[in-house]
Amino acid sequence: MKIKRIILSFISAVVILFSTSVVSFAKVVGDKIVLGAAISLTGKYSSNGVHTQNGYNMAVDRINSMGGVKVGGKTYKFEIIYYDDESNPKRAAQLAERLISQDGVEFMLGPYSSGLTKAIAPVTEKYGVPMVEANGASRSLFTKGYKYLFAVLAPANLYLDVAIDLAVEKNNGKPVTVAMAFEQDAFSQDVRLGVLDAIKRTGSKKVIDDKLPKELNDMAATLVKVKQMKPDVLVVSGHTKGALTAIRQIAEMKVDVPMLAMTHCDAAKLSKQHGKNSQYALCASQWHKTLTYKDNFFKDGMKYAADFEKEFGYDPPYQSAESSAALLVFKDAFERANSFDQKKVRDALAATNMQTFYGNIKFAEGGQNVDKPMVLFQVMCDGSGKCENKVVAPTKWASAKLIHPIPKWSER
Amino acid sequence: MDFMVFQYPMITVQACLDGLLLGILFALIAYGMALQWGVMNIINIAQGDLVILGGYIAYFMYLYGIHPAWGVIVSPIIMYFIGVGIYKLVINKVVDRDLFISILATFGISILFMQLMNFAFGADVVLANSGYGTTMLFDNNVTLPNSKIFSAVISIVFAIGLVIYMKKSKLGRAIRATAQNSRAAKILGVDTEKVYAATFGINAALCGVAGALISITFTIHPYMGLPYTIRSFMIVIVAGLGNLPGVAMSGMGLGVFEEFADYILGTEFRIGAVFLLLVLILVYRRFKLSRKREYLK
Repeated sequence: MKIKRIILSFISAVVILFSTSVVSFAKVVGDKIVLGAAISLTGKYSSNGVHTQNGYNMAVDRINSMGGVKVGGKTYKFEIIYYDDESNPKRAAQLAERLISQDGVEFMLGPYSSGLTKAIAPVTEKYGVPMVEANGASRSLFTKGYKYLFAVLAPANLYLDVAIDLAVEKNNGKPVTVAMAFEQDAFSQDVRLGVLDAIKRTGSKKVIDDKLPKELNDMAATLVKVKQMKPDVLVVSGHTKGALTAIRQIAEMKVDVPMLAMTHCDAAKLSKQHGKNSQYALCASQWHKTLTYKDNFFKDGMKYAADFEKEFGYDPPYQSAESSAALLVFKDAFERANSFDQKKVRDALAATNMQTFYGNIKFAEGGQNVDKPMVLFQVMCDGSGKCENKVVAPTKWASAKLIHPIPKWSER
Repeated sequence: MDFMVFQYPMITVQACLDGLLLGILFALIAYGMALQWGVMNIINIAQGDLVILGGYIAYFMYLYGIHPAWGVIVSPIIMYFIGVGIYKLVINKVVDRDLFISILATFGISILFMQLMNFAFGADVVLANSGYGTTMLFDNNVTLPNSKIFSAVISIVFAIGLVIYMKKSKLGRAIRATAQNSRAAKILGVDTEKVYAATFGINAALCGVAGALISITFTIHPYMGLPYTIRSFMIVIVAGLGNLPGVAMSGMGLGVFEEFADYILGTEFRIGAVFLLLVLILVYRRFKLSRKREYLK
């Protein structure tokens, strides 16, 4: 009796499995191009995960409403299947498997963060699924020889080397002393390598090289050392918590340093949380709305920011902008390939050379975008305490002049 | 290894003061843990998560324009009821069981709280600004954020208040009686069930105070609770149960130890150093115990 029941349930399970796989999505259904994405909608990356998803959705709506993608004389519309990867690399890899082998997705969009992209890339590579990702900047992604991975953003080692160059330039071309505090994760360590390269290139000297823990919420020790050593530049990279902790403690401990450069200020909404204390901080950013790149879909950064704000109710962080750009790249590649053959689309992606509102996009051998420099913005506040991020470097895109050195706390 | 901290006397002073102020805050959290450990024989792994939850209460007050310092009053009140709620839902089912069961149960609560907080408040790192400014000492060479001083003072006030409460009030006496011998207390008419609930509530309230103070001095984040659990566990292990001055001393000691570890080994080994110390102390305690046993033989 019992065995009968087990056999019965086994058969019904198989039947259910088959019936779902019959209705499951294929790469192109009717007039739809189905893309797959594992996104961190819960877990520690959930806020940036949502920025990513909003960016994707915004671009999908825009491209679809402006005529869609034309392949072989027929018009197609984008559609994305999302799964929540819970900010967990293992889960992300599982979901990528599921998207490809069960849902039949043949083109993927990237997840949020370098760590998760690293988990997914081997899977997409195994199945030969082209993936355009917008939120994994770690250098190690681009040195593994992946053929199907394309990143619209600049690699992590380029985040803050601009700041060292800027400091040297302000020091009349003479080398500077640099204090560094980096979290011990793949991304921040890549940023550190870039800074080390810049230090070597300019003949500068590192005086402090601290590593920050994952559960960082106190970096007083590093700052005390900074007070003692008086470096020309302080560089901090530790995601949002690093940026917030640094600003809070620099203000509380009245640490005077001529230049302060950080990552993740955009996501940390520094000036919102810290007001005038965040003033003069330099922030590395993939994108800023005042940059004058253009495309046919979003026009330019300002227009994109305005449209985004209208739809989602907040100013777009660069994580959203680069995610939107990923869709533009896919559309462009599909149309140039004029086919849905994965190999052809992959080759078309590799040959991408275009401008979007987010920046120029051209992929190197490893898949990273080499045609888009990072920008540095500086938090600037007016008398009433209203603060804004203004691009100060590279000079070509600068909308304001760098304030250097940072005024001493006693003079503020 | 970097011995800069000893080369400049001002850095040594700074490290000691930072460590003491931090340690007083740790001691407050550890005191709650010692209390319920002593009374109920429960090691609460969710201690740190209760702290973070308390921090979020202060943070939300700050968001709505109330000065976060009021959090040290509001947060413990809310947290007390949350604590009693957790007791009624989960802890009362494991309170007389094996220590291992209670560790598992509170570990589960910890995971649940982390996820719930992440779900409710988002994964952003947040903080509440007190705008308290900075105290400069020794010709501006040593800087003490007033928020840290504030949190140390508040911690001391709450700790002293609790000691007096435990000594003088009826509930305090009942709690102490239950801690000494719960069966005897029960026979003599103490409602131990109520005492347990109150103890867990008081512990949660202390975590609430500490959390509010942490949101003012540092940052909070749904997944940041565990280091606080570890620290308070460590402090209690060193001090021993029911040894309040010991908890205060070992708390401050741990604070200073952490600061120096931070300078000498680097910030990345700060928590690692605490773990290492914990292991060393446990080994030492075992060693001491085994010697005592031999002596008894």
